[in-house]
Amino acid sequence: MKQENQSRPPVKLSVRNLNFFYGDHQALFNNDLEIYEKKVTAVIGPSGCGKSTHLRTYNRIFELYREQRAVGVISYNGQNLLDRSVDLLELRRRIGMIFQKPTPFPMSVFENVAYSLRLHYRLGRNDVAARVEKALRQAALWDEVKDKLHQPGTSLSGGQQQRLCIARAIAVEPEILLMDEPTSAIDPIGTLKVENLIEELKKDYTIVIVTHNMQQAARVSDYTAFFYKGYIVEFGETEMIFTRPQNKKTEEYITGRFG
Amino acid sequence: MTPNIDYSRNSAEIVFERLTKVCAFMIILLMAGFFVQLFWYSLPSLKAFGVRFLFSSAWDPVRNLYGAAGAVYGTLVTTLIALIIAVPLSFIIALFLVELAPPWLGTIMSQALDLLAAIPSIIYGMWGLFVLIPIMQDHVQPFIGTTLGLKRLPLFGGEPGGSGYLTGGLVLALMVLPFICAVMRDVFKMVPRVVKEAAYGIGCTTTEVACRITLRYGLQGMLGAVFLGLGRAVGETMALLYVIGNAPGVSASLFAPGTTIAATLANNFAEADGLFKSSLFELGLILLCITFIIQVAAQLWLNRVRKKSGGGL
Repeated sequence: MKQENQSRPPVKLSVRNLNFFYGDHQALFNNDLEIYEKKVTAVIGPSGCGKSTHLRTYNRIFELYREQRAVGVISYNGQNLLDRSVDLLELRRRIGMIFQKPTPFPMSVFENVAYSLRLHYRLGRNDVAARVEKALRQAALWDEVKDKLHQPGTSLSGGQQQRLCIARAIAVEPEILLMDEPTSAIDPIGTLKVENLIEELKKDYTIVIVTHNMQQAARVSDYTAFFYKGYIVEFGETEMIFTRPQNKKTEEYITGRFG
Repeated sequence: MTPNIDYSRNSAEIVFERLTKVCAFMIILLMAGFFVQLFWYSLPSLKAFGVRFLFSSAWDPVRNLYGAAGAVYGTLVTTLIALIIAVPLSFIIALFLVELAPPWLGTIMSQALDLLAAIPSIIYGMWGLFVLIPIMQDHVQPFIGTTLGLKRLPLFGGEPGGSGYLTGGLVLALMVLPFICAVMRDVFKMVPRVVKEAAYGIGCTTTEVACRITLRYGLQGMLGAVFLGLGRAVGETMALLYVIGNAPGVSASLFAPGTTIAATLANNFAEADGLFKSSLFELGLILLCITFIIQVAAQLWLNRVRKKSGGGL
């Protein structure tokens, strides 16, 4: 068993003193968190505790809404990614996001992936096709869709759509994948496939996953952060959090006494 | 039991129910009535000219020869010009309102858009006559014809007279713009937030989200919007009456004066009788059929789109 004081893997992204506001309402309080490279970090906690809000600061997607504001430091590649000077398009290439509901674009399966490729790279036809195939293979979807690449993305099953979205995200060679309850809208078999995929993906990518499902957190993650009312109550190795939580609230939550 | 229960409430209910039925049926009756009446009054003209009426551009009250070609042509050309101008413009404006404008500005502009739709068409007509025609005559048409040297093309040939198909189409474009724009705005709002977020999430710019995601998502809805604008433009009278030039016949040049179905009717009814009057009724029938078809197609289309976007995704 790993010890708490054992040396940890390199830090990919670190959050310091992050506060978040919806208008006048403060949703996150002084969040500090380390995201380790090529590990899966699960973010758990009861509804409305700020899990998604926290995740949505990493790619600054919250900025689509004028009343939302983040204050603090999120260090990534030697930069505070909340700085105005950060190139948002490049940031979002490097930090991809998967949403609660599958979000295929209104185009074919092939185009869904090719579109995100063409956004960021200048590629010839053959290169695009090769990289689409590669991304679909990485997302464990190729065998299921290779005969229907030109059907609409929406014609796939929910689980397949979600893996299509993952393929779309990894096609542009990101470093971090943010997953916001990626299996909450798909059936158990689809969920299993996505979870297996996460296991595969962490060889190449750093993954942060928000989940409502504690078994899922226990199954797929290496580290777990427990959020409660906008605070990060406890953070540590998943095994520690689930077997020997230090905080009373964490213990109550993981043993199902509230949530 | 209480002795004084008011049993007449039941009969009142029946009376009211029948009343609502009768009133509602009046709508069907009106619709059918218009068709029947127009058809009835068109009979002499239908008998005299037959199918040739549609393809003849004759308009000669002295020899009692009439044809719809000039009016139908003018209607279609002005409508086409109006749509070519209004549709892309509406798209851009709607996009700004939904995607780019800060909420307070979006609200103000949205309301202004709805107000614009309420401006009576005669106001557009007046503006066209007193403001647009001189500008077209002195600046726009000479610029296109002489400065750009396009007057050798039949499309821009002839003397710049201010009024004509192009001017009519322009006024019409401004008139239908608020209608098309309002529907497009609603279509854009139907694009699920999470799909837009996903697009931004893979590093799309606002323009890319608009032109690739929103556009494809809303394509069908926007076609519905175009149909609605088309329906309005085809039947419009007052905005065109003073700027179209009111010349019967068909002309290739957009600068040439022409006429539309509605303008022909408005101009001629006062002094018409006999076969002349019947021909006007047949024109009216043609107009009614065109607008009817467009409206039905637009409604069917929009219903289909609403059903689709309500279901999946």
